[in-house]
Amino acid sequence: MNQDWLMGLIGGGLIGTSAAIFLLVNGKVMGASGLIGGLVDKSGLGNWQERAFWIAGLVVAPALMTLMFGLKPTNVTGNIPVIIVAGLLVGIGTRIANGCTSGHGVCGISRMSLRGIVATVFYIGAGGLTMIIFKHVLGVI
Amino acid sequence: MRNIAALIAGAMFGAGLLISGMTNTKKVQGWLDVFGDWDPTLAFVMGGAIIPMAIAWRITEGRKPALGGAFPEKPNPVLGRKLVIGSVMFGAGWGLVGLCPGPALASITFGGVGGFVFLLAMLAGMLMAPPLRAKLD
Repeated sequence: MNQDWLMGLIGGGLIGTSAAIFLLVNGKVMGASGLIGGLVDKSGLGNWQERAFWIAGLVVAPALMTLMFGLKPTNVTGNIPVIIVAGLLVGIGTRIANGCTSGHGVCGISRMSLRGIVATVFYIGAGGLTMIIFKHVLGVI
Repeated sequence: MRNIAALIAGAMFGAGLLISGMTNTKKVQGWLDVFGDWDPTLAFVMGGAIIPMAIAWRITEGRKPALGGAFPEKPNPVLGRKLVIGSVMFGAGWGLVGLCPGPALASITFGGVGGFVFLLAMLAGMLMAPPLRAKLD
């Protein structure tokens, strides 16, 4: 098996296990956009500590790993206007749809939630279409 | 205890995103780029993540969370335009740069200026979302 695919499977297993812990212990769906967005728009301040600790783990663990094992390239584009538009779209879109790759994707599909499956079809479809238009047709990314 | 569990879950999530390659925007865009040099890694990540979560949902049946409360009920299968419009917007932004909310935060210490600007724009978008969401109701 391709090394990247194997690492994907192992990393994916960690992602799913982390979501399983959050569900079985804390009783909540581990959706990144909801956990972060609830602090930003103040709709989730009722359990702000839980959210803050989760975010701390999410930031610190990869930081320590890159310090120990070397930096991993993120390959983020240098095109700042594209980055700003993309960030706004991701922020607004995930909060309007009430979920992103972790909430709708991992947590939704695994319980056969129709909303999670439909959301995943649309965001992957829109992502694919974006690649066709902005990479292959317009050549801006 | 809730905070400790949240910290552990967040750390494992971040480690998983890094190990799986999902903090590398090239791999994410590679998955979406069906007509380019297509990279199927994301499917392995999703598959690897869905298996333990499917088991977890099975465990929740007839039980309560370890620290009390109740498990989230399955949402009504109401689709609606908010789900579709929001997901299309999210997917477009995801394709443009190759970052979604989890990896955007996970890579903030090593994602450079671009990663930082993306996170700021994403947080601004999250702040702008509630009034837009209300309009779509």
